[in-house]
Amino acid sequence: MPKRTDIRKILLIGSGPIVIGQGCEFDYSGTQACKALRADGYEVVLVNSNPATIMTDPATADRTYVEPLTPESLEAIIARERPDALLPTLGGQTALNLAMALFRGGVLGRYGVEMIGANAASIDRAEDRQKFKEAMLAIGLDVPKSGSAHTLAEARAVAAQIASWPLIVRPGFTLGGTGGGIAQGPDDFDRVAQAGLDASPTSEILIEESLLGWKEFEMEVVCDRKGNAVIVCSIENLDPMGVHTGDSVTVAPIQTLSDAEYQAMRDDSFAVMRAIGIATGGSNVQWAVDPKTGRRVIIEMNPRVSRSSALASKATGFPIAKIAARLAVGHTLDELRNDITGTTPASFEPALDYVVVKAPRFTFEKFHGADDTLGTQMKSVGEAMAIGRTFQEALQKALRSLETGRAGFGADGRDAFAELPDDALAAALARPTAERLFQIHEALRRGWAVERLHALTAIDPYFLRHLQELALYEDEIAAARTPEALAADPARLRQAKAFGFSDRQIAHLLGADEAAVAAARRAAGVLPGYGLVDTCAGEFAARTPYYYASYTLPQSPLPPSGKPAILIIGGGPNRIGQGIEFDYCCCQAAYALRGLGYRVVMANSNPETVSTDYDTSDALYFEPLTLEDIVALYERERCVGAIVQFGGQTPLNLAQSLKAAGLTILGTSPDDIDLAEDRDRFKRLADAIGILQPPSGIAHSAEDALAIADAIGYPVLVRPSFVLGGRGMVIVHRREDLDALARQAVAIAEGKPILIDRFLENAIELDVDSVTDGEGRTVVGAILEHVEPAGVHSGDAACVTPPLSLDPETLARIRAYAEAFARALRVRGLMNLQLAVRGRDIFMIEVNPRASRTVPFVSKAIGVSLAAVAARVMVGQTLAEAGLPAERVPRHFAAKEAVFPFARFPGADVALTPEMKSTGEVMGHAPTVGLAYLKSQLAAGANLPFPSPERPHPTLLLALADADKAAGVAAAKRLAALGYRFVATRGTATALWRAGLRPAACFRLAEGSPNALDLLREGALHWVVNTAGTGADPNEDALRIRSAALLRGLPVTTVLQGFLAAVEGIEENLRQAPPPPVPLQELHT
Amino acid sequence: MNALTERFRRKWAAERAQAAFLALADGAVFRGVAFGARKDALGEAVFNTGMTGYQEILTDPSYAGQFVVLTAPEIGNYGCNPEDAESRALFLSGLVVRNVNPPSNFRAAESLGETLLRGGRPGIYGVDTRALTLHLRDHGAQRAYLHVEDAPLDEAEAIRRAREWPGLDGQDYAARVSAPEPYVWNAEGRFRVTVYDFGVKRNILRRLAAEGCRVEVTPAATPAAEVLARRPDGVFLSNGPADPAAVTYAQEAVRELLAARVPLMGICLGHQLLGLACGARCERLPFGHHGCNHPVKNLLDGTVAITSQNHNYALGALPDCLEQTHVNLNDGTCEGIRHRALPAFAVQFHPEAAPGPREAQSLFRSFTALMEARQ
Repeated sequence: MPKRTDIRKILLIGSGPIVIGQGCEFDYSGTQACKALRADGYEVVLVNSNPATIMTDPATADRTYVEPLTPESLEAIIARERPDALLPTLGGQTALNLAMALFRGGVLGRYGVEMIGANAASIDRAEDRQKFKEAMLAIGLDVPKSGSAHTLAEARAVAAQIASWPLIVRPGFTLGGTGGGIAQGPDDFDRVAQAGLDASPTSEILIEESLLGWKEFEMEVVCDRKGNAVIVCSIENLDPMGVHTGDSVTVAPIQTLSDAEYQAMRDDSFAVMRAIGIATGGSNVQWAVDPKTGRRVIIEMNPRVSRSSALASKATGFPIAKIAARLAVGHTLDELRNDITGTTPASFEPALDYVVVKAPRFTFEKFHGADDTLGTQMKSVGEAMAIGRTFQEALQKALRSLETGRAGFGADGRDAFAELPDDALAAALARPTAERLFQIHEALRRGWAVERLHALTAIDPYFLRHLQELALYEDEIAAARTPEALAADPARLRQAKAFGFSDRQIAHLLGADEAAVAAARRAAGVLPGYGLVDTCAGEFAARTPYYYASYTLPQSPLPPSGKPAILIIGGGPNRIGQGIEFDYCCCQAAYALRGLGYRVVMANSNPETVSTDYDTSDALYFEPLTLEDIVALYERERCVGAIVQFGGQTPLNLAQSLKAAGLTILGTSPDDIDLAEDRDRFKRLADAIGILQPPSGIAHSAEDALAIADAIGYPVLVRPSFVLGGRGMVIVHRREDLDALARQAVAIAEGKPILIDRFLENAIELDVDSVTDGEGRTVVGAILEHVEPAGVHSGDAACVTPPLSLDPETLARIRAYAEAFARALRVRGLMNLQLAVRGRDIFMIEVNPRASRTVPFVSKAIGVSLAAVAARVMVGQTLAEAGLPAERVPRHFAAKEAVFPFARFPGADVALTPEMKSTGEVMGHAPTVGLAYLKSQLAAGANLPFPSPERPHPTLLLALADADKAAGVAAAKRLAALGYRFVATRGTATALWRAGLRPAACFRLAEGSPNALDLLREGALHWVVNTAGTGADPNEDALRIRSAALLRGLPVTTVLQGFLAAVEGIEENLRQAPPPPVPLQELHT
Repeated sequence: MNALTERFRRKWAAERAQAAFLALADGAVFRGVAFGARKDALGEAVFNTGMTGYQEILTDPSYAGQFVVLTAPEIGNYGCNPEDAESRALFLSGLVVRNVNPPSNFRAAESLGETLLRGGRPGIYGVDTRALTLHLRDHGAQRAYLHVEDAPLDEAEAIRRAREWPGLDGQDYAARVSAPEPYVWNAEGRFRVTVYDFGVKRNILRRLAAEGCRVEVTPAATPAAEVLARRPDGVFLSNGPADPAAVTYAQEAVRELLAARVPLMGICLGHQLLGLACGARCERLPFGHHGCNHPVKNLLDGTVAITSQNHNYALGALPDCLEQTHVNLNDGTCEGIRHRALPAFAVQFHPEAAPGPREAQSLFRSFTALMEARQ
């Protein structure tokens, strides 16, 4: 094999914390790359700050650094490891940018590290807009016409040159595109252009031909060093140009191009790769096509694997990242096998005999006040993919895979637009939002024509016609009147199922319940068949069991595997509160159970994940995670049991109904899981154990809530039960606010009760993760102490382990409680406890007998995979056999910090509350707690300022709540000793003066200049510490200052404890040179 | 009830009834809904895995005598247009698809159903094309009977008719699809090329013209002497349907052309004829190659091209005078040959694409290079 023998050790950079636009798809690509390179005999050094990833499991790479992704930190690792090569194309934009920084900073040259997969010049050519445009024009491709202007006269000249309307005006250097607009014609051009010039601090605008409404396509290209290139997958966006492709519903393969048009785009995609100079690997080329003329322009190319390549890999069975990694070390496509068939080479283009639909998952409900219009900046936090034999079937499956409560394309009793008058509906349709497909559904039910909808939405009639047929077919189902009557006409029932209608939709249309539909359907023998994702449309036999269900396919029994099959139910699309952490757990469980000789069956709908890699399980089902879909595949696989503990709330919510449908649930029983969620039963249990609980009550209405709050006293914590990530959770300080907030919570709870707890002020919050085996033995994995006080959602709080401020006696009591709860709930597997400690008192907040978000962090902190241990005990091993005989004491402190998407949602408050808002997390570990915390801050992107020769006096804006003043001022004194300076508003300034510091004073915003916003604008501030005016009652000034600071990329600290920990870290860091980075493999041996 | 709803209800009712069917000689029956011309037909069932290009497939004369099962499920999406036709008519026996859609593309002049109807060819949709494809993969290409007419027909009777049909082996279909008279495709060019029309695709003619050839097309049965009398710079052996073994007159013509040392290029059937003329063996493949994604390695320079393929027969053992130049990386079959002593070469795949990847088009330049060397 002509792989390179002159390199031996390869450095791989991960993509860091999950953020919008950079999700767990890079964990999938990086994990694949690690496996492939090691299988080829290379030593792999991996760096990623994200502990929730599968790639940072110590078994994935040879040397795993969970360290901040900064040039400084990377240089230290390179100095220690001396790798021969750096592979920068598998860790998203983060890795690419970091590699370029290391190249430009001379680090790669200094240490003799070669960049493989892509070189600096080609990355630069692809990333620099002007260079890219020139390169494209040079090979004869069409680009959107554009020009920049500094004056109105220049702007008019540019417009005349472009000579088509409408025109997009984008002001330079404004955040979130403020001040930009669309000029429909010469009449409003001057106004729009002038507004843009005014908004831009540099008086610069970009004027661009509008491609709104054009069709948008993507090509996933893979090439090798010999110049062989293939298109792995083509993708068509259902949402036309104007909506970010990450926020669009997308379809594979391309649906509306003829062969001639497709082949021209294919040829040009290769030409783009060659012009940019991509040596090897995967990249993605985006095109826009004018539906009226066929004119095609190039939008952009990514010289690396991307979110789309993960989607393309899952859609086709072609593992782009794995192949790209092997091509980077010198293999060629024809030398590599197609894993799926095992007999044909990787130098081919997958042929699909099915349709794939990807749908984005949004969480606008988390960010009150944010604009939900979809545009060119990505706002979705996750995605679901579905496979069907037809577009219609795939779309319905994708929509029910989103787990937004929808059972498909409408027809589920959740249509919210029935009341909209026609003109309002038309206006809504013209504005792309997360709800637009359902608005189209409403319009189609009203009988609107495809042409009218096309005019309003610019969605291709091809898609609209399919949607129209689905909407009209509802009457065909409803005409049957009962499930029995429908089942008596099996051809009609089969047809409904082939259109992708779920049992739930059919039940809604018939006014029956889902169980009755399922029973009638099964009695009539109408069951799904399973197709294979075989890369070749059936031309060759496939040996990799990667399946999707379709009611158009015949039932085909599986040959016996000779092993007992266990189903692991994954977590579905990423969302805030449920993401990669649970995928980590599912994968760890899969590896562990395969190691014990089980046939592991994985079901999931999230294309970004490692769990949906065909390598992870023995059989992969890319299916919606609903009762109907899971029961069908469980029965087909003749599973002996299903595991619901690892996939987050998704499988847990299904547990009871799965059990009722006859599935065996392994581990803690669904009844006991429910007990923990059932407030009444749980309260009795906690009382029996003898642990304190905050006074609380259960309300079914806002009136109940008021009565309870009056009885237990304010402040109270209001939360709906059975929800994820603290959705709707809020702390209420005053009676006059409770009514409205409680009403909101009742609405979110959807018929389930809401819980009112007395809020514990100034308590330390803890997370405890433990595992219990079948003999009733419980071992604590770790106790995590939150940096922020109780009241900040545990998913958003920074935390450290081992805990700092608890004495051995308290720790012993905590362990005893964990054992008592595990016994009482008959736990078998994982359990997470949330506790609050105030003085000598330990309060119970929540118990969840399942994998928690912190399991991967704990696993990396202690060096044992808790999820793997839990999977083993669930099938009968003792804790000793499973690898966790006793609690482990780690050598380092580990700190976790959360990462937030606030910059994407201008207008939403950045303060931390009981409702989770973070998208991802990072970990810092070090011998001291201060350094560990500091590392976690740097890793999270908080650019904490250090004194330097260029900036000897970093300046903080300090606004402390009264309760925080004593401790905050003391910490400020320590910073002052290091050269820091302060700006403060009246109250805090007085406190600083009294302590002998000399802060610069600034006005409140309303009082005039200079105020904090002015100083931010001038770049005079480097760190905003603002603990005043947070919580349920944020003050307007604080909100504006925090938002402005965040948008300027400044670190913003909103809780005192976070400030104190950061000060400690800064002191330690300045006191002595930081210790060299340590890989996990050394840390835990 | 409005007209739209009524139209949909009729469509759904037809899709439930599944009155049409494709019966295979081995007794398997696949049901669906008739579209296109309502005229029963006989043919050999093969599957094609291309994801685009149904119009090129419909108009490719190489599919004469065959039912083409498209594995891509959504068909008709971009309609049909005059520019993308590969010949003067529709030659296949019928089209078998999963879903058929009305067109949505700025170039669409008519729908797929209208094209089939106008071309007098039947179609069937709503078929479980994956099951049918796996069946053909495992049991080989099959003689088949497609029933789409309104008058009811017994499945058993259809199977009997499929079994009685002689099939394609030993049949000369080239004569059926070839142009009846010679014609000039383009009158200008550096190289004077005569194209034997065994079922030629227009894109071959377009490519030759683009490379500077003056292209004359001649019927399949034209004697070599007649062609040589025109003193061509080169002769091109086109693609075409069915069994090369049956086209003995063409093999004889190729031998005479070789003897005259006139530069030769062949594609598909033309490739098989060149091989047979030189003494190679030709064998039937179990289910043929029909699609746009087959990797072919050029053994001369090591490059790999993704190619368009459409053939049921392949060359086996080669005589010493022939050198294998291309190999199919999927199954190792012969994809290209050249003569060791004479200016003649051929490929099994379709460098002219249409449908499919166009990256092997430079082979036409190899042909002009051969002619240039002789000039």
